Amino acid sequence: MKRLLSGNQALARGAWESGVRVAAGYPGTPSTEILETFAPMPGIYAEWCPNEKVALDVAIGASYAGARAMAVMKHVGLNVAADALFYAAITGVEAGLLIVVADDPGMHSSQGEQDTRRYGKFARVPVLEPSDSQECLEMVATALELSETFDTPVILRTTTRIAHSYGLVEVGPDRAPAADAERPTYRVDPTKYVMLPGNARRRHPIMEDNIRRVAEAANTLPCNRIEPGDRSVGIVTSGAAYQYAREVFPNASFCRLGLSYPAPTRLLAEFAAGVERLIIIEEGDPVLEEECRLQGLPCEGKSIFPLVGELSTETVYDAALRAGLVDEQPWRAPVARAPQARDLPALPPRPPVLCPGCPHRGVFATLRKLKVVVNGDIGCYTLGALPPLSALHSCGCMGASIGVAHGVALAGIQQHNVAVIGDSTFYHTGIAALLNVAYNQSRTVTIILDNSTTAMTGHQQHPGTGYTLQGRPTPPADLEGLVRVLGIQQVHVVDPYDLESVETTLKACLALDAPSVVIARRACALLPEARKQYRPLRVQADKCIACGTCRRLGCPALTKSDELYAKTGKPKTVIDPVLCTGCEICAQVCPVDAILFRNQLDDSGGQA
Amino acid sequence: MTESDRPLYAPQNFLLAGVGGQGTLLAADIVALVGVALGHDVKKSEVHGMAQRGGSVTSHVRWAEKVYSPLSAPGEVDYLIAFERLEALRYANMLRPGGVALVNDYRIAPGSVTSGGDTYPSEADEASVYAANLRALHVPAQALAQALGQVRVNNVLMLGVLSVFLDAPESVWREVIASRVPARYVALNDRAFSAGRAEGLRLL
Ligand SMILES: Cc1ncc(C[n+]2csc(CCOP(=O)(O)OP(=O)(O)O)c2C)c(N)n1
Repeated sequence: MKRLLSGNQALARGAWESGVRVAAGYPGTPSTEILETFAPMPGIYAEWCPNEKVALDVAIGASYAGARAMAVMKHVGLNVAADALFYAAITGVEAGLLIVVADDPGMHSSQGEQDTRRYGKFARVPVLEPSDSQECLEMVATALELSETFDTPVILRTTTRIAHSYGLVEVGPDRAPAADAERPTYRVDPTKYVMLPGNARRRHPIMEDNIRRVAEAANTLPCNRIEPGDRSVGIVTSGAAYQYAREVFPNASFCRLGLSYPAPTRLLAEFAAGVERLIIIEEGDPVLEEECRLQGLPCEGKSIFPLVGELSTETVYDAALRAGLVDEQPWRAPVARAPQARDLPALPPRPPVLCPGCPHRGVFATLRKLKVVVNGDIGCYTLGALPPLSALHSCGCMGASIGVAHGVALAGIQQHNVAVIGDSTFYHTGIAALLNVAYNQSRTVTIILDNSTTAMTGHQQHPGTGYTLQGRPTPPADLEGLVRVLGIQQVHVVDPYDLESVETTLKACLALDAPSVVIARRACALLPEARKQYRPLRVQADKCIACGTCRRLGCPALTKSDELYAKTGKPKTVIDPVLCTGCEICAQVCPVDAILFRNQLDDSGGQA
Repeated sequence: MTESDRPLYAPQNFLLAGVGGQGTLLAADIVALVGVALGHDVKKSEVHGMAQRGGSVTSHVRWAEKVYSPLSAPGEVDYLIAFERLEALRYANMLRPGGVALVNDYRIAPGSVTSGGDTYPSEADEASVYAANLRALHVPAQALAQALGQVRVNNVLMLGVLSVFLDAPESVWREVIASRVPARYVALNDRAFSAGRAEGLRLL
């Protein structure tokens, strides 16, 4: 029977069926569930690495040694791993090497929407693009076969929509356990694997020749297919865009490319010759369009369809209608365009916010109070940038905070500034930057938010947590020791729920003429251990003066009461007992002690 | 515009909307699996992002002989199942003319209302949206679930309401629900589903 699987689940199943033995990655939406699904499967090894560069090196090593291997990351992870991608492209592989890269058109949870297909052409690495869950499963096998046949790593590019959509999948036979016991012999071949310039010079033309051979094979690859239809419009498409195009052009001719780099030149020419108007519909960059143009095939693509953002049936339809490619489809006239709905006032948004009880809140409330410039990083704590905290002032890519903060300090600004970085992010790419701060004796204060998890992507283990992806206990990294060994002498650990100690420690560090690190240590409030400690607090309404100080912490558990403060007519605060965890940060900022602390509550939530 | 303008291959489209923590994704799972049990091609799509609680959560489910896009376009949704009133409003424009909004009669104020200057939409605002050729049914799912002893089953209760609008046999729903909730909550969820059906028949 068919199973309803997400693209990520199907990829994991495909990797298992296809004999992948070693998998490595770093979490990143929308790729994270691939390794989480793969890790418990029998006969395989899977690990989280500190970052994507390390993960790709690990997968490359396994492949060099003769085991089928997979590295998994989100699109920006490949920037971190790009150095490894390029050397693996030139050395080639022993056993199949698959690099799964998940793009995020529309930036549902990313800082940019770079198109990974560009890396394929840049590094001469074939790129496969599944259009649904079934193809996610099948293309793992295709990728590994291409990899071994043409001696190259292969990228499998998904997107958020493919990764997180579920479809029916016919799974293949279970993996044969016998093969897992075989131990490969490392085949020593320095001319292929030692990229000294002399060897690299010999390898480069081989790499170019290999990718030419892939391009030739692409013409007959089953995942590149022509679906004949009406000849007035011929559509070249790939990935999720194929699905939207199919809805909008039910009768057109299609050339659906499963291998989007290198392009199948003969197939495209043959298709173009048979249609009147050649239209390219692709999500992201005009990659297929440029290939068609290079071949001299007259076509239209990004002149009609959006370059920016995620495509959808409606964006494809709207653009196609404007370009006269389709007739009006009246059932698509959305209610959204009806006059009634247009008159509606803008609805209040419901953006992600720091959770009730989030330990990051204590640090940001203090940083806001101290009015320092905050050079931030990527994680849940990036939400500290949003009102009402508004206490994070730059965020670019993972690990950027410490280097940026050092640079800001070097510019000699009038204010104080600090770097703020999460624990997982620090292990990812913060260590080298902190070494630089120590080495060059920067005055930078680095705050490491140690919530003992990778919270943003759904609570993955990391080197500091004491467990691996497959649940093996392991010695947790000694964060204070690590920081000291890098050369930082001023190292302080604070509890972010204790606002006074956060403030005094930060003030002391800001006054120093030497680098310092403040570790704000408190487990994420969503972790099971933290949940056991929940104890909702209560506002004593008779004491509340409706000043709103507590609500400016941006805690979802603090809401406006129906009761007004008589003197000002402003709403008092109430605490939602379902949401409140009892972190007591609000109780500490209340100027009139109207919020009861845990030890002031009796069993019924009243005053003890 | 009439029903018959739509192409025959048009899928049955569901959009489930709620606030993080309300069980929206589990409900979507169940709707998808009911479609599978009925022998349809099924796609379901959701965007997970951050681990935080309290954000807007949606999931699209489509049943048809062959489903292409995992997302319904605005104006294509047959049933909007909303677990919160503001979220219902936010996605009402996804409904096709004549589409049905099943709305849990429950409000969760977003942060910009509780600590900022925004106001929660009024019932008049709501009426102006739903007047646009839509059918909105408010279901006291929160209260009905509370009466069963567990507010959290309001999601399955809403599916009970939905079930009376569809052809699927009741037994299919009950089997799928039993397969998707922890064993010790099967009986409770089954009762929630029944309560929803009774409410649905009353509203129909
Ligand atoms: C290169 C790269 N890899 C992965 C991600 C996805 N990602 C964003 S933040 C983050 C980790 C955040 O963890 P941590 O620093 O511990 O902060 P927390 O969310 O726990 O507060 C990850 C994996 C990314 N944005 N960039």
